[in-house]
Amino acid sequence: MRGTTYKIFKYTLSDLLRSRWILGYALLFAAVAGGILYLGDQPTQAVVSVLNLVILVVPLVSLVLGLMYHYANRDFALLVLTQPVHRASVFRGQFFGLSLALVLAYLVGAGVPFALYAIANPVDWAQVGLVLLAGTLVSLVFTALALYIGVAQDERVRALGLAIGIWFALTMIYDSLLLLLIVLAEAYPIDPWVIGLSMVNPVDLARVMVLLKLDTAALMGYTGAVFNKFLGSNLGLLLAFLALVVWVAVPAWRAQRVFARRDF
Amino acid sequence: MVEVEALTKRYGTLEVLKGVSARFEPGRVTAVVGPNASGKTTLMKCILGLVVPDGGAVRVHGENALGNPAVRAKIGYMPQDPRFPENITGREVVAWIQELRGSRGRDLESLIERFGLEAALSQPTRVLSGGTRQKLSALLAFLFDPPVLILDEPTAGLDPLASSRFKDLVAASRDAGKTIIMTSHVMSELEELADRVLFLLEGTVIFSGGLEELRERTGEAKLERAVARLMEGA
Amino acid sequence: MSPSRLLLLLLLAFAPAWGRTLTVCPTCPLKTLKAAFAAADDDDTVVVDGGHYAEGHLVLEKSLRLVGKHLPVIDGEGKVEILTVKANGVSIEGFEFRGAGVNFVEDQAAVKFVDAERCLVQKNRFVDNFFAIYLQRSRHCRILDNYIVSNAENELYSGNGIHLWNSYDVDIEGNYVAHHRDGIYLEFVRDSRIVNNVSEDQVRYGLHFMFSEHNVFRHNVFRHSGAGVAVMYSKHTLMVDNRFEYNWGGASYGLLLKDIDDSDIRRNVFYRNTVGIYADGSNRTSVYANDFVQNGYALRIFANSMGMIFMYNNFLGNTFDVTTNSTKSYNSYLKNYWDKYQGYDLDKNGIGDVPYRPVSLFAMMSENYPQALVLLHSPLVQLLNQAERVFPVFTPKAIEDDQPMMFRILWSKSKPLPSDTAP
Repeated sequence: MRGTTYKIFKYTLSDLLRSRWILGYALLFAAVAGGILYLGDQPTQAVVSVLNLVILVVPLVSLVLGLMYHYANRDFALLVLTQPVHRASVFRGQFFGLSLALVLAYLVGAGVPFALYAIANPVDWAQVGLVLLAGTLVSLVFTALALYIGVAQDERVRALGLAIGIWFALTMIYDSLLLLLIVLAEAYPIDPWVIGLSMVNPVDLARVMVLLKLDTAALMGYTGAVFNKFLGSNLGLLLAFLALVVWVAVPAWRAQRVFARRDF
Repeated sequence: MVEVEALTKRYGTLEVLKGVSARFEPGRVTAVVGPNASGKTTLMKCILGLVVPDGGAVRVHGENALGNPAVRAKIGYMPQDPRFPENITGREVVAWIQELRGSRGRDLESLIERFGLEAALSQPTRVLSGGTRQKLSALLAFLFDPPVLILDEPTAGLDPLASSRFKDLVAASRDAGKTIIMTSHVMSELEELADRVLFLLEGTVIFSGGLEELRERTGEAKLERAVARLMEGA
Repeated sequence: MSPSRLLLLLLLAFAPAWGRTLTVCPTCPLKTLKAAFAAADDDDTVVVDGGHYAEGHLVLEKSLRLVGKHLPVIDGEGKVEILTVKANGVSIEGFEFRGAGVNFVEDQAAVKFVDAERCLVQKNRFVDNFFAIYLQRSRHCRILDNYIVSNAENELYSGNGIHLWNSYDVDIEGNYVAHHRDGIYLEFVRDSRIVNNVSEDQVRYGLHFMFSEHNVFRHNVFRHSGAGVAVMYSKHTLMVDNRFEYNWGGASYGLLLKDIDDSDIRRNVFYRNTVGIYADGSNRTSVYANDFVQNGYALRIFANSMGMIFMYNNFLGNTFDVTTNSTKSYNSYLKNYWDKYQGYDLDKNGIGDVPYRPVSLFAMMSENYPQALVLLHSPLVQLLNQAERVFPVFTPKAIEDDQPMMFRILWSKSKPLPSDTAP
């Protein structure tokens, strides 16, 4: 029943590509990103601003739209599950469809303004490409998290609260604690810890990934050996990428397990 | 033919099915009745594989149904409150289910005509009324001519004409030898269609038998009264 | 100078070149430079036509014109100093010098002038030398259009491309220098000009001043080095129209200033350096109309620098505009364009109505806790910076541009700057 995954993926995508929410997300993102690019006069600043959208908006929207889709389609999922299909295939199809819809909306929302901007301005495509890649991975991570929350929590209000809590914890609270650790540790050699801890949080990962290309100069100013080894080479980029992939795979896999065993 | 044997299911501390055994015969309409939260829906969902029972067995045409999705090719199902992806049309839903089943089904056009769905099928499902969604759901359940039909409150929201056409379809299916399991809050409807009654109370089978048997045992001619009598503990 | 001596000088200047021409080549009667030097008299011309000459250490004590044709190679074979000139008015043109040997006791060079005047080194190639061109107690010299490349990998085993010690009135123009320790090194040098050179990939600095004064460098490119230019213990240095770019790494700077006074830094572009200008103990130095673009830190100004003026500069896309090590500052910032400025201009005079504080809270933080850099661009950091901007508590109040420009300053269109006179 491998074909089932593809079929469900196709249905999910064709439903979502007509969704006003997905369309609205793409348009709004394009409007905000376009505004930033139009008003800002420095391409690097523009990339940083779009990076901020990726860090703040993409996780939140992916979580909320992911959950909305999950609850709106619970009854149809029920009908599909009474057909001769494997649950795991249904889950994968939904996950891939939802992910691709959100990723496409993001890529259009962020990519089109950059493409228009590039007509009249110099653009560092390596930086832009990295921002697009980071946003794509963040979309995938938070889609997986949304589905995990959705399949584990029947109450949609509670799920939404949980999602917003997770979002806030990962974007704000986590970094606050990290900063506190750095300040408190003062003279202790905590470089490996700091790098390790920033690899734990997917939002930090996406940011660091872009940082490595965007602010190399500033990062090189600090001569900590571990830092430079990590930040100065493509090793850091590769590790960040791989860690983000793990961040997609683990919640998606957990969600699929719950989906396969739960009652509907 | 559907058999369930010693089905148990608990949600947390709540024991919903306490060892339910039953046989649903082909060529019969079995009404599953009981008060709210008596385990009717859970029983049906166990047969459909939507709920995984803690213990017991489910067999459809002699074949184990637990963890065996292939069995569901033999079952048509109408859920209580059918909903479809809101941005797509009814016709697409039909095409999807056809594709998932790997079959075109039969008599699609006559089913569409029977339920008067011609116009509705080309609209996004989010604009459809509850009754129209119910009709679409019925169409999907009957389209593949399955030997087993599980109908959860099938006539809720149907207008009188559609309702009567639907009942005709159920009767014809029974006569064609299909196993039909249904619930309804409308007792007169069950009276009209049902051959057998399975009465559940707090997860236990209180009564299982023919309609006549039920009348004899309770001394009530009307199903509604008979059921009420059962609930009082007769 | 008496009128008669002046007349004599003029006559000498316009007199036709006299003297003989001697030719050296593998098939000529004169087969070695040593032989040619012995045979020649002052003011003769020695033409070397092709060939490869490894004659050990050559010493020239006559005022000769050396002209290479078909790029003759003079080889030190990695052992010796190749040519030491101890005469005035020597010119060297059209040679390839290679393999001046590494020596830890003596600065061995490809061409070294000792106590020389009016020397000219032009259009030569210098390949894999310890030091390439070396001037010791020399003056009125010109070093033009040379190609100078070595293979330096660390400071210990490498020398400088062009090295001036205790010299004055020297023009260094149009040279390309790469892979030395310092591209161009000046110690106790005054009244010299460094123009239109490209210095890149040096192990240490592209251009290095020590104890020097009244020098000018302009229209040069300094890239991919430990520091583009380092000016140390020097005074009255004019730095104009240069590009400092891609000097990045653990301790890399576009322009490193250490204990310098009374200098001018104008119309330079600092692009993608770890630090644009690093100033430690620099006084009375003006920084006018420079572009700082996409550097890690545009300015890193230590509090022991006083009386510096930063005016009409553009700060574009730098991670940090200004950092410092203290809450005190005795320098002024005025009328710069800061791309991070978020103020407004209600009276439409092109100058922002609220001051700009270029030192952000996060910049201060990462000064003290460098690991915090990993949080760069984090929403939390943005929030902290915004809060600090509204209620400044930690950032130095003294560092403030109270007339920030609303638009990028285009130098060509801006009015001439005070004291902007070409040297």
